[in-house]
Amino acid sequence: MNQPVLLAGGINVFKYAAPQTFYPLAGKMIPWFGWIAAAFCAAGLYVGFFVAPTDHQQGESYRIIFIHVPAAWMSMFIYVVMAFWAGVGLIFNTRLSHMMVSALVPTGAMFTFVALWTGALWGKPTWGTWWAWDARMTSELILLFLYFGFMALQAGIDDARRADRAGAVLALVGVVNIPIIYFSVKWWNTLHQGASVSLTSAPTMATTMLTGMLLMALAAWMYTIAAALHRVRSIILEREHGATWINEYAETKA
Amino acid sequence: MLEAHDIEITRGDRRLFGNLSLALQPGTLLLVTGSNGSGKTSLLRALCGLLVPSAGAIRWHGENIRNLREEYWRHLVYIGHTNALKDELTATENLGVLCALSGVHPSAEQQRQALARFGLAGRERLPAKALSQGQRRRTALARLSLCSTLPLWILDEPFAALDSAAVSHMQAVVGRHLADGGMVVITTHQEVPIPAPTMTELNLDQGYR
Amino acid sequence: MVALLRAVIRRDLLLAWRRRADIATVVLFFVIVVSLFPLGVGPEPNLLRTIAPGIIWVAALLACMLSLQQMFASDHSDGALDQMLLAAAPLGMIVIARAFAHWLISGLPLVILSPVLAIQFDLAPELSPVLTLSLLLGTPILTLTGAIGAALTLGLRGGGMLLALLVLPLYVPVLILGAGAVDAASAGLGADAHLLLLAAQLVVTATFAPWAIAAALRISAE
Repeated sequence: MNQPVLLAGGINVFKYAAPQTFYPLAGKMIPWFGWIAAAFCAAGLYVGFFVAPTDHQQGESYRIIFIHVPAAWMSMFIYVVMAFWAGVGLIFNTRLSHMMVSALVPTGAMFTFVALWTGALWGKPTWGTWWAWDARMTSELILLFLYFGFMALQAGIDDARRADRAGAVLALVGVVNIPIIYFSVKWWNTLHQGASVSLTSAPTMATTMLTGMLLMALAAWMYTIAAALHRVRSIILEREHGATWINEYAETKA
Repeated sequence: MLEAHDIEITRGDRRLFGNLSLALQPGTLLLVTGSNGSGKTSLLRALCGLLVPSAGAIRWHGENIRNLREEYWRHLVYIGHTNALKDELTATENLGVLCALSGVHPSAEQQRQALARFGLAGRERLPAKALSQGQRRRTALARLSLCSTLPLWILDEPFAALDSAAVSHMQAVVGRHLADGGMVVITTHQEVPIPAPTMTELNLDQGYR
Repeated sequence: MVALLRAVIRRDLLLAWRRRADIATVVLFFVIVVSLFPLGVGPEPNLLRTIAPGIIWVAALLACMLSLQQMFASDHSDGALDQMLLAAAPLGMIVIARAFAHWLISGLPLVILSPVLAIQFDLAPELSPVLTLSLLLGTPILTLTGAIGAALTLGLRGGGMLLALLVLPLYVPVLILGAGAVDAASAGLGADAHLLLLAAQLVVTATFAPWAIAAALRISAE
């Protein structure tokens, strides 16, 4: 998630891989990402509610996609990013990468839950049912189970180092399985709405709708970065409570 | 030759020791002593490669054991404080599996002799759960006399639960291995003299910190 | 190395034979779970015929998971696992040998029993071999995938429930393809596509799972 930030301007990534250098840096970055997220969110909601036209088939209820689709995108994207950091953590043995994984999980689970919830809210007026065993909803549900499994595993392990590394193996196993799960569920139920936003074919929706959705997706992305950085800082404090740099840092701040 | 360079071992939040370096030449006995919880078992597990030190490196003939993996382990016998015996298997079957895992495949006769030397003659076909604590320990240790070709022995409390006859036999087995140019790392609470060409004592309570 | 792996498989089979009550438990669990469904949904033959593949597959999933809890647990507590981690052969190979032995003990009985259960549900005679074949291809995937979870949850409190939480979502593709194979055959579409995909998944799992199991075992044994 924060990888592009760290790479910007050719900064040495490994210098910032140490928790004591990362902690103050993350503290400086959080407000930026937070405000950018708020700005994108305001713009996205404005476009979604006031600019985008009413759908001629679904009426106003379609507007929930401005939350639903970005949440669904982020739910999958975050798992991939998690797996990336898990792999980095296992290979280079960097504590910060593992902390990043743990920090991303709650946000990923939250977006998965939001995607499911808004999907149900949209399904009721559109399909006439809260829940249908549609391929995408089912895979999203299984993704939520994967997030919960990850959190339960980490919660069940007392030793931080083992929790980090066991979680990393699970995240990698999960990310390999997600496409298999997705395609098998799709195979199981081929009766679902075709993807309306795809990179290969021209979008069938109005440009303003797409703009609103992309703005909301950017907002969700920035929010994820801010939330993950915030959580990483808490994890660093929790893990390194005995380290001298924390006391020194607290003194210079005071 | 086994070397440890500036290793540090942490368990959970607790740092057991740091900046520990040691070198073990052929024919050397390393006696690791220290109070309970000083990290003797953790050190042994780290030397085996079961536990990764939080800092530093352990090398076998100059190569990090993390890269050598089974190339290192085929030279190593580790007997932990648990005996690694399966209750439902007989003494011979247990011994056979443990040797096989080390890449040693002794004949039934050799296994019988090894057990007999550790005072288990006539008990070869008993399931391990029918053996006493001391007999189980002896079954696990009998593996040493079959694995004398493996140069490095790492033994966690080998004399615990042994009677005096078994202790003196173990002394002889370890002494012979050292005389043949083997290397032995031992933790112990008891004062057990072992005839060793060279002996180093490492007390985890003092020094090496 | 072959002798080493043979010794490991022989050990596991011997242990299973001496603890044969444990195998019986898994098989009985499988049969009982399957037999409960008609009591829950009613004895209507057409309905039972439709849901039979799904029920048998779900029961197989649960039975496999139940047996996996014991795959490394006792070796972890008595120190035998340490000896495997320090063996003269790559841990991945040992893991494959152990998974194979475990499948022989707990997976194969389910495969063998499935035609009998198919009769219980009055499954058409031509569908029974499809069900058996799907289980034959699918249960090794369940063992290998589940072993990752078993290795990760080694020695944890609440390990059994945790294992279910980790492993069951990963079992979804196997369930879909396995039960789907029988459904497709009964719909006259042919089960080839499902079975081939299942076989492909078996190959992929057999390639990657041992690596993950080995890594998880080293992490848990530390």
